[in-house]
Amino acid sequence: MTDATRLDPADRYRAPRNQWWDVWDQFKKHRGALVGAVTFVGIILFVFLGPLFYPHDAQYVPTGRDFIKLRDIRPAYVAIWDGDAKIDVARPLGTDNIGRDALARMMQGGQVSITVGLAAMLLSLILGTLIGVLAGYFRRLDGPLMRFTDLFLALPLLPLLLVAVLLFREPLKNAFGTEGGIFVLIVTLVGITSWMQTARIVRGDVLALKEREFVIAARSIGTPARRIVLRHILPNVMSPIMVSATLGIASAIITESALSFLGFGFPPDFPTWGRLLNDSVDRMVLYPERVLWPGLFISVTVLSVNYIGDGLRDALDPRIRGR
Amino acid sequence: MLNYTIRRLLISIPTLLFIALAIFLLLELAPGDPVANQPLTIPPEVRELMRKALGLGEPVHIRFWKWLVQFFWIEPQVFIDWLTTSSGLAPVLPDTDFYIPCGVGAVAECDPRILSWQFRSPVMDIVLQRIPQTLWVVGTAYVVAIVIAIPVGVYSAYRQYSWFDNAGTFVTMVGFSVPPFFSGVLVIVIFSVQLGWFPSIYDTTHRVVDWDSFVYQLRQMVMPVMVLALQITSQISRFMRASMLDNLNQDYVRTARAKGMTENTVVLVHVLRNSMIPVVTVIALGIPSIFGGAIITEQVFKVNGIGQMLIGAIEANDIPTVQTLTFIFAVLIVLFNLIADILYGILDPRIRYD
Amino acid sequence: MKLKHTLLGAAAVTALAPALAHAAGHEGPRGRDGEVKIIYWQAPSILNPFLSGGTKDIDASNMVIEPLARFDEKGNLIPWLVDAVPTVENGGVSEDLKSITWKITSGILWSDGTPFTSADVKFTYEYCTHPEGGCAQLTKFEGVASVETPDDLTVVVNFNEPTPNPYVPFVGLESPIIQAAQFANCTGAKAPECTDQNFGPIGTGPFKVVEFKPNDVIRYEANENYRVDGKPAFASVTFKGGGDATAAGRAVMETGEFDYAWNLQLAPDVIAEMEKGGKGTPIAGFGPLVERLMLNQTNPDPALGPDQRSVSMLDADGNQQNPHPFLRDPAVYKAMSMAIDRPLLVEIGYGQAGKVTCNWVPAPDIFNSTSMSCDTQDIAGANAMLDAAGIVDSDGDGVREKDGVPLRVLYQTSTNAVRQDFQALIKQWWSEIGIDAELRNINASVFFGGDPGSPDTFQKFYADIEMYANNFSGTDPQAYLGNGLCDKAPTPATQWQGENISRFCMKEYDALHAQLAGTANIEERARIGRELNDMMVQNGGMIPLVHRGRISAHANSLGGVVLNVWDSEMWNVADWYRIK
Repeated sequence: MTDATRLDPADRYRAPRNQWWDVWDQFKKHRGALVGAVTFVGIILFVFLGPLFYPHDAQYVPTGRDFIKLRDIRPAYVAIWDGDAKIDVARPLGTDNIGRDALARMMQGGQVSITVGLAAMLLSLILGTLIGVLAGYFRRLDGPLMRFTDLFLALPLLPLLLVAVLLFREPLKNAFGTEGGIFVLIVTLVGITSWMQTARIVRGDVLALKEREFVIAARSIGTPARRIVLRHILPNVMSPIMVSATLGIASAIITESALSFLGFGFPPDFPTWGRLLNDSVDRMVLYPERVLWPGLFISVTVLSVNYIGDGLRDALDPRIRGR
Repeated sequence: MLNYTIRRLLISIPTLLFIALAIFLLLELAPGDPVANQPLTIPPEVRELMRKALGLGEPVHIRFWKWLVQFFWIEPQVFIDWLTTSSGLAPVLPDTDFYIPCGVGAVAECDPRILSWQFRSPVMDIVLQRIPQTLWVVGTAYVVAIVIAIPVGVYSAYRQYSWFDNAGTFVTMVGFSVPPFFSGVLVIVIFSVQLGWFPSIYDTTHRVVDWDSFVYQLRQMVMPVMVLALQITSQISRFMRASMLDNLNQDYVRTARAKGMTENTVVLVHVLRNSMIPVVTVIALGIPSIFGGAIITEQVFKVNGIGQMLIGAIEANDIPTVQTLTFIFAVLIVLFNLIADILYGILDPRIRYD
Repeated sequence: MKLKHTLLGAAAVTALAPALAHAAGHEGPRGRDGEVKIIYWQAPSILNPFLSGGTKDIDASNMVIEPLARFDEKGNLIPWLVDAVPTVENGGVSEDLKSITWKITSGILWSDGTPFTSADVKFTYEYCTHPEGGCAQLTKFEGVASVETPDDLTVVVNFNEPTPNPYVPFVGLESPIIQAAQFANCTGAKAPECTDQNFGPIGTGPFKVVEFKPNDVIRYEANENYRVDGKPAFASVTFKGGGDATAAGRAVMETGEFDYAWNLQLAPDVIAEMEKGGKGTPIAGFGPLVERLMLNQTNPDPALGPDQRSVSMLDADGNQQNPHPFLRDPAVYKAMSMAIDRPLLVEIGYGQAGKVTCNWVPAPDIFNSTSMSCDTQDIAGANAMLDAAGIVDSDGDGVREKDGVPLRVLYQTSTNAVRQDFQALIKQWWSEIGIDAELRNINASVFFGGDPGSPDTFQKFYADIEMYANNFSGTDPQAYLGNGLCDKAPTPATQWQGENISRFCMKEYDALHAQLAGTANIEERARIGRELNDMMVQNGGMIPLVHRGRISAHANSLGGVVLNVWDSEMWNVADWYRIK
């Protein structure tokens, strides 16, 4: 069957092309990945461009007589089943208990959550993969690096955060400004406290991979270690890394909210998805929309990243790509 | 492999000492005050006296040394005495009396145990008190999660992109994205407030003596176990699925099929065994955390296990308790990572450490 | 020398009679009503109140050990283990106010069956004042020269100085009596090692400890030697701790699993929704707790070194050498206060458990100043006041400047849903009068933890404004008003310890406080107290926001509950019964 396609004249004379086009072609064929990518881009556009078109400000608290009028507005769709609900079509998702617009807060919160989630996930992946591959491939590094991982696994998180905040908040604030400094601090903290699992998993896989025939073959023809790792080992540990990436985004978004809640993160009037969810749990029965929307957005973001990851992994795997 | 194990065990000793020191220094550096929880009506002079009574006046290295002695010398004595006099093994073992207690009627030479600053009682006693509920809830959740996750992961990979796989992906991803502070309260609102099926507050004084009390125990465990198991299942099943997918396309699978092996043997023996490495890693990292408890879930359901003890101690700056709990946790991490490494060698005999 | 306390106290003895008559309808044998379940979302960690001053620990121990006299729900002193409250009139307090004589009611037994004597009272004094003991309630014995026991039922407390308020040692929830026989070997450095004693004190109260799991749960049983027949109505108590206020409220009002939930610090709409569950009722009581904004009188500029940032530097005349660039300007702090809509804050944050107040000391009633009014928001007035003072927005960025310094403040508080809502509201109101606020929230255990190494403690005050609540124990605010004295300001030299958080300093204030300490007449003390309160608020040491009550909830089937904010919430647990 493969021979038949090889002999197709149209194919025979096609100009040689970059392998990334093949990857893209394969990625496109993966329906889940495509839907995931479109959703993800949609969410990004919604949270970053949405505020430009939406008239209400996320941090504005109405005052005076407006306050009573504008607080605790239900989302517009509630009117469908509850005619008496307090709604306002100009505020499609309603307002919170002190009258701040829920949709505006969802959008602003998304900017922070997505950026923090992606950045912290990337940092933790890079750290975890680097340490895992080094420890797995180079026997001499295995002991020290894995004991170092044990140390990080054992350190209690909260005191570690307290110390880090104590030491680095002021210098970072001076270097990157208030919000920039906190952003750098949170991303770093989440990143350096969550790479250990990835490192252990990657190392385990590398330990097995480096004894496989193709690696031994590569080594026996004198391929330098760097190239073996990049060309032969890394592509084969992509799937656990992708899983770690998807799980990592979800936990980074939640960890950020926990940090801000404890007071190590963003200022209290600065919404993030995790924080919106956290603040609304007490009023879950009265105002289910306040937990529903942030929960839904976190889940959909994680799901879309998961499908993108699935598609990427398939697309990067030459064995699947050919089929 | 035996050589390797012995060497690793020997290396563990300096590693653990170093970890103990790192934890100690970290706690020392972290801002905090053990009398911070006292009301604002207590004036600073009295606070200072209270701090002195906790032994905070001494220099760091002396306190670290004292802790080491207490943990490695005195606490084992207490444990051996308990084993030979009060435990189930007591009739078999000769009675010992290593530990000289302090307190009422104590002689001048006595062995001070590790005392909590919050409770003023030996930390290890409280740990023992907390272990049952932690094992019941967190331990069960792990068992349930592993039992569900592995078959789900295997079948999802085998039938990739089937409706089962897609549904599994959806449930596990949503399950992982929804934090327990929300899912816990959600199940309480549904099952305790609305339906009234399960108690929302875990009764740690409950004893299982007969069938009815066992049923009650199950009822009060259902919700915390459900919430915890969802998180753990999501994680393990994703890694299981990904690893299975990697292996299902390998040449040896084709060879095995070509040799005429049944599909069950191919998938459940050959592929599963080769796919277990990441899963073993995740489980090995998880088992110490059974002991560590589940902080948020324990708080939501008032299980008051070891997780709650740890977070309470951190908030109260009860350094002896935090140090001891974290160190026990570190011992388990080092131990289970060693076990994982040995299991790698068994699962894939090509892996050699020597 | 008349003491209103004692007069009221005497009146209360008779007032108690109807309450007993009311309970009479539910009389019966001891332990007839089975089990009562109490939930505290902060779990008790020890049952010895001398080793931990936390409310959770004190309340849990107060079901077992009791003081000689305590306060009722109105703040009146009532005899508890004694025949009557000693006064100058009945000869119990000496004319020179230097000693007080308590007559113990005869026939009181400890729960182990041995008699309760004056020796136990004297031992309690010795236990707490032992120099190595680290007793949390040491201040209760401040100024006590000696405790004498002329006979088994008489206790004489001698003071070094004439003491206008002698009802501090052995009075109230923080000064209960422990058994000498049980704690004899536990004094001084040995106090913490007596785990059994600290976890299971023997007491005279209605219940005795059966099982104590620290930070988790306590089980009590009725004390068969309790002095009142037919009490307590409950045979056993389960006292569960842990979780959060929402869960505690839910367990009482929605699922009905528990009978009593303590201190529900929740937004009023959340409590109202829980009440719809129909299984329980919230109850509120008002002590002297005030949520306030503290205004930093010193300069918290991060550019200043650690020896100068937020440090009070007074010259010989008591003038601040390191003043805040704008918060000391009367126009600024008065405008900030005028811009706040206090009734709205009450409605959003506390509901029935909050009242608008302009005062630092809003209770007891005679100390509550009525000279100020602040229950209407006046943004226009605030703007006009700032304009008139020449503090205007000169560069058009929406923020006013005073002498070139923009009115930007860092406004911090502890992490708590209601406080974060307040921050957002107040930030908005201030923005409308040209003051820009940057908000910060800090984990409560760090914020209130006095670690001198942390930059985030409320004592260090590395911010312009901070918000928290404070109160005092008992009914006399003298020591509390002392928090405004110049020399109580936290500084690096004192390891940042000190109660004058805003670094307020006025010579007149210090002089007037000294006058208070030398005054015995209660009316006169109250007048001085109100004057001190006004001085603090009108000179910008703080902006009081809300007079906060305590809100707890009890199951509808639980009778006899009287919420007491002047004493332990468990003060009358002996009178609780099950409504059938």
